Amino acid sequence: MVTEPEASLITIDNQKIPFKHGQTIMDAALAAGIYIPHLCHFPGITPHGNCKHCTVEVNGKPVTACTTLATTGQKIRNDTVELNEARKSLTQMLFIEGNHICPSCEKTGNCPLQAMAYHLGMLEGHYPQQHPVREVDASHPTIMLDRDRCILCSLCVRASREVDGKNVFAIAGRGIDARLIVNTPSGKLIDSDIEVGDLAAKICPVGAILIKERGYDVPIGQRIFDQHRISEIGLENEIVKRAPSDDP
Amino acid sequence: MTHKLKLATTSLAGCFGCHMSFLDMDERLVELLEHIEFDRSPFTDIKQVGPCDIGLVEGGVCNAENVHVLRAFRTQCRILVAVGACAINGGVPAMRNHYSLQECLEEVYLKGAGLENPHIPNDPELPLLLDKVYPVSEVVKIDYFLPGCPPSGDIFYNFLKDLIRGKVPRVNKHELRYD
Repeated sequence: MVTEPEASLITIDNQKIPFKHGQTIMDAALAAGIYIPHLCHFPGITPHGNCKHCTVEVNGKPVTACTTLATTGQKIRNDTVELNEARKSLTQMLFIEGNHICPSCEKTGNCPLQAMAYHLGMLEGHYPQQHPVREVDASHPTIMLDRDRCILCSLCVRASREVDGKNVFAIAGRGIDARLIVNTPSGKLIDSDIEVGDLAAKICPVGAILIKERGYDVPIGQRIFDQHRISEIGLENEIVKRAPSDDP
Repeated sequence: MTHKLKLATTSLAGCFGCHMSFLDMDERLVELLEHIEFDRSPFTDIKQVGPCDIGLVEGGVCNAENVHVLRAFRTQCRILVAVGACAINGGVPAMRNHYSLQECLEEVYLKGAGLENPHIPNDPELPLLLDKVYPVSEVVKIDYFLPGCPPSGDIFYNFLKDLIRGKVPRVNKHELRYD
C-alpha cells in the first residue's frame, strides 16, 4: 500500500475505514456500513449534535460523531458497554422528560426513539417521570403536532429550512423550558405553509409530528421496527437534496 | 424440587391485560405449577398477600388503595416485578396527568353526556385518587421490569423459568416491545 490511502483512514472499534475530506465521523461510518446510534442525524441535513446518542470516544475523548470531522489516524471507540450504557441513560431521560405512552401512540413500531430503547435494552425509565403538560396542535387538516412526544432533536426545524425551503418550525426557550414552536403569528400549524409532502412533516423520529388518517395503515406487528433493528435501518444513507433557496 | 415458589399477582391501575397474557402461557402453566404456587392473585381470589417469593404487579399507582396494596406486596415479596407499560411508566391511565384531578372528575361526573343528578362520588369506601398516576417504582423499590402492553406469554414464561432455576432473569433484547 502507498501512503496516500493510508493517510485517510480512521479506526472505529479496531476496524479501519476510509473517509473523504470534509466527512464527519458519522458520514464515514455510515458509508462504511458501521452503525453509530443516532436520533437527530439525517444524511444531507446539517448536523446539530442535539441528541448525543452518537457520542463516541476519539483518542479517549467523548465527542459527537455527527459533528466531528474525520481526521487521519483517529482511534474511535463506538460499540462499547460504557458508551451504550450512557446512551441508554440518555434514552431514559428522553422518555421521562416527555409523555411517551407507546401503547397509545400511532408511531409505535415505526418509532426510532422506541427502537433505540430496544437496541440499548431499556426496560424502564429509571428516572422519575416528569409528566410535563405540553400543547397539542390539531389545527391543521392533515398534519398533527403532539408536543408530548417531542425530543427536541430539531430535525423538523432543519428539514423545513434546508430541504423544504420553508421555515415552519423553531425551538424556543432553554433547558427544561425548551419547546417546539411553529413560526406563525398564531403559533398554529394551520397558518403555516407546511404540506404533507414536506420532509419536515415526515422526518420526526418520534410521534410528535404525524400525518393524520394514516396512523394504522400498517398494523402493529408489521411495522418497521417489528421487522428490523434500528442498527439496520439506521444505516440507510440516502442523502437528501437541499432546497435551492437554502443559504450556503 | 420440594419447596414451591410462592407467587402473588395483582392489578393496580391496569386493565388485567397483563394477567390475560400471563394465561397465554397456556399448557406451560401446568409445567410451571410443578414449581410455583399462587398466593394472592385474581387467579386464586385470595385477598391478602402473605410471604411470597415473587410478586407480579400490573398497572400504575392511581389511588390510595393502590399504594396500600403495592406496599403490602413490597413487604411480603422477596422479588417484586413491575409488569407491563402501566406499572413501568403509568401507561395509558397516566394520560390523565395532563389534567388536574378536579378537571378529570368534573369532566367525567359533572359535564359528561347523559348524566342524571351529576355529582362527584364521595362515598367513604371509595379509595381517594392521587394527584397523578405514578409508575410503581416511584412508590416502592422494584427488582425487575417486564415491559410490554402486555408482555407476551413467552416473556412471562422465560422470566419465571429463570427464577425457578435460580438464574438472573433477563429480557432478550429481540423480544423487547413496549406496545
